[in-house]
Amino acid sequence: MNAVALSSMTQALPEIVLAAGAMGLLMLGAYRERSTQAVNLGAIMLLVAAAVIAASIPNGRIFGGSFIVDDFARYLKILVYIGSGAAIILSLTYLAAEKQEKFEYSILILLSTVGMGMLISAGDLIALYLGLELMSLALYVVAASNRDSVQSTEAGLKYFVLGALSSGMLLYGCSLIYGFTGNVSFVGIAKASGQGGIGLIFGLVFLFAGFCFKVSAVPFHMWTPDVYEGAPTPVTAFFAAAPKIAAMAIFARATISAFPAITLQWQQIVVFVSIASMALGAFAAIGQHNIKRLMAYSSIGHMGFALVGLAAGTAEGIQGVLVYMAIYLAMTVGTFAVILSMRRSDGMVEEIRDLAGLARTNPPLAFFLALLLFSLAGIPPLAGFFAKYYVFLGAIKAGLYGLAVIGVLASVVGAYYYLLIIKTMYFDEPAEAFSPVPFELKAMLGIAGLFNLLYFVYPAPLIVAAGIAAKSLF
Amino acid sequence: MANWPVLSVTTFLPLIGVLFLVMLKADEAGARNARWIAFWTTLITFLVSLQLVWRFDPSSPEFQFVEKRPWLAGFGTYHMGVDGISLPLVILTTAIMPLCIAASWRAIQVRVREYMIAFLALETLMIGTFSALDLVLFYLFFEGGLIPMFLIIGVWGGPRRVYASFKFFLYTLAGSVLMLLAIMAMYWQSGTTDITVLLRHAFPREMQPWLWIAFFASFAVKMPMWPVHTWLPDAHVEAPTAGSVVLAAILLKMGGYGFLRFSLPMFPFASNDFAPFVFALSVIAIIYTSLVAMVQEDMKKLIAYSSVAHMGFVTMGIFAATSQGVAGGIFQMVSHGIVSAALFLCVGVVYDRIHSREISSYGGLVNRMPIYAAVFMVFTLANVGLPGTSGFVGEFLALLGTFKVNVTVATLATFGVILSACYALWLYRKVIFGKLEKPSLASITDLGWRETAIFAPLIVLTLLFGFYPKPVLDMSAASVTALLDNYQKALGAAKSAALAK
Repeated sequence: MNAVALSSMTQALPEIVLAAGAMGLLMLGAYRERSTQAVNLGAIMLLVAAAVIAASIPNGRIFGGSFIVDDFARYLKILVYIGSGAAIILSLTYLAAEKQEKFEYSILILLSTVGMGMLISAGDLIALYLGLELMSLALYVVAASNRDSVQSTEAGLKYFVLGALSSGMLLYGCSLIYGFTGNVSFVGIAKASGQGGIGLIFGLVFLFAGFCFKVSAVPFHMWTPDVYEGAPTPVTAFFAAAPKIAAMAIFARATISAFPAITLQWQQIVVFVSIASMALGAFAAIGQHNIKRLMAYSSIGHMGFALVGLAAGTAEGIQGVLVYMAIYLAMTVGTFAVILSMRRSDGMVEEIRDLAGLARTNPPLAFFLALLLFSLAGIPPLAGFFAKYYVFLGAIKAGLYGLAVIGVLASVVGAYYYLLIIKTMYFDEPAEAFSPVPFELKAMLGIAGLFNLLYFVYPAPLIVAAGIAAKSLF
Repeated sequence: MANWPVLSVTTFLPLIGVLFLVMLKADEAGARNARWIAFWTTLITFLVSLQLVWRFDPSSPEFQFVEKRPWLAGFGTYHMGVDGISLPLVILTTAIMPLCIAASWRAIQVRVREYMIAFLALETLMIGTFSALDLVLFYLFFEGGLIPMFLIIGVWGGPRRVYASFKFFLYTLAGSVLMLLAIMAMYWQSGTTDITVLLRHAFPREMQPWLWIAFFASFAVKMPMWPVHTWLPDAHVEAPTAGSVVLAAILLKMGGYGFLRFSLPMFPFASNDFAPFVFALSVIAIIYTSLVAMVQEDMKKLIAYSSVAHMGFVTMGIFAATSQGVAGGIFQMVSHGIVSAALFLCVGVVYDRIHSREISSYGGLVNRMPIYAAVFMVFTLANVGLPGTSGFVGEFLALLGTFKVNVTVATLATFGVILSACYALWLYRKVIFGKLEKPSLASITDLGWRETAIFAPLIVLTLLFGFYPKPVLDMSAASVTALLDNYQKALGAAKSAALAK
């Protein structure tokens, strides 16, 4: 390998570090007894290193334009690394307490994260598919990681079968697009598509079906509640954050950079998907008793809100999506830190009624959860409000008034079920108290909670960063 | 120290109290300390806010004590300031809060620390709402107030608190989200969310009705106007006394303030076109809710309905868009802030003793509680609008201003004054006069020194503003004149343009 080729790999350095590190940790785990803690620690260090590298490498396109590093990729990669790192930290006590401590867990998360990085940087359909599959294969395995539990294996299998189906559709879409444009790279597709055409639209629809499955948007959301409920809770926490961010990233990048010719057509699809997701997320969550299932519907709704920004199809809209994903990450990590703290002497509990009277048995935990729930509902001055504010700002500029009105009304309906949980915690008589909360969960909850509470004091950096990242797509 | 940011200090001072409260322990001593910390915080906030009055120049219609800092990277700024319309409401807020804390001294016995935190956070959000000069900042404060109020009703409220708190929250939220979209549309149309700039910006005529409706949806719910007032009686009945006081005295005023700050000056055409619609709703509110108030069995509900009726005078006065009408609207807001707060406190006094709000469980209180009877009478008469009380000035000006514009509306609204006498005096007779026959009332005690101290400033203000309303009217006069000049100019320019065609 000569020096020129090596230097041209600089842009892929975060992925290389993560992949090579994951192999190294695999060796360590396989050949050393009781090395799970070391592997976990190593995985977190690797993610931190990858984030630092991702922040510092220069922009560029390598491998003939199939791997792009720009401000957009950089911003989202850092978010994804934070999400994966948080997921590993959240899992520490849980896996130890449930006797599921396996070193493969963090390694699978690392490998999945490599796939996400690939996905975020993908500049053509082949890199897209590679990244998507690398991410998903690792996810199927971790969903079933509690192999002795029927629920967990069912969740893994369900996710795998449906995921394979959606990959098939996505591939079919890719082949149609390639067939009609003769190109796999996003730039090439945009150039070759001319005025669009029915074939391209067909391909786009199948491609979107695959994307919608990955971000769990209606009508490809069916797997979400079952997988969220069945998978071990730390795995759910992981699913809810990082993969969603990566999938939303490629959704935005592919749509914006490859299909400017048929903007009107894809806008219609995104508007429909967005409205359907927001509405379903809001209404279906009302009847849930299990908090993990509720979070599944909540995440469907949130993806709908993020898609409002994409539907705008402008730099402002994409900026909204990026702000949304960052704040969504903080809200999700914090909420799952609380869900993972719902442990009594006889094991984990996950019903909403188990939270009854939490404000009296554990006031800080209740306060932070209430904060996060208000934030998820989008009530100012919490961070969740700004997330919604920026996506709707984009939609209003693009003239999507109908979408915006339906969206904000869905957020009012959504507020109802978040309020129900707050009501359970604050207004109801206390249930049995939870076991003491482990340190790392407290730390994650504290960071996420304070971020949500104090975001309004100094909101500019995130908004500016998202603005710069969004501009690099246009 | 001439340039210290007095407005920001006033706004965020309560949060310093919150920091102290967070550090307290949740035991008996902690509860005692929490009360004192909250009381001193609100009192100091009030004293600081008096600075605003002293240094305010009532002859200038401009915003004063203006502070401006970058905040939302190009989308919005931290921009604060008060003028003659918002200053009275800021002072009303800071003045009512210490009384609320004092009124909760005995009534709140559980989770005192959290209660005080909620009230102090609410105070910051309320002051912020009245002094924000940026739309996004305004929305932040405006909506943020829902969270503490939701908890105050839901945690410390009566038996149907869950229903009431949800209804309050969802109603208000549903009204407000449309305003948020309108704010965004205004941003893209004008390129700024700065209220001082937007006040001079002429929005396209075809856009104004939509923006007006979106803002109206929010403020009408908050006000509340008929037919979206139904959350108010529930919220009032279930809220603890101090919660009702804040709700009636301050939160309702946000709606009126919104009409004055946004609807009238920013969308003059739409305001002009929709004025008959607002008049109709106001008159219905005044007459219909007065009639509803007459058949109530619950004291708090009766006062809540009477609030809706009195707010009807405010909206009517504001949309009459005459100097008397608008000044009357502002004065009525201040006056109602004092009088309705006092009435809810009056109910709280007997509720603390008997734990009933039913009118039928009282009667003949004058025999055991002469001071209370006298206090209650002052506020009942102020509620009726007897000359010599502050209630008269506000209603009279609002009616006067409306009479110039629409005689029918003013005439119909006058019936409201008569009806308010019917229900208010009926309530007073039922509760205070008659024979003291009920055994539960046999040992009821009169006002203690703490309660007397709470009522004293309210009585003084009610009578002072009744005989000498000049301070409030002077404070707002310049701003009102400027507002109406711009309003008429905008309408006049369009009329002459239409004539030229």
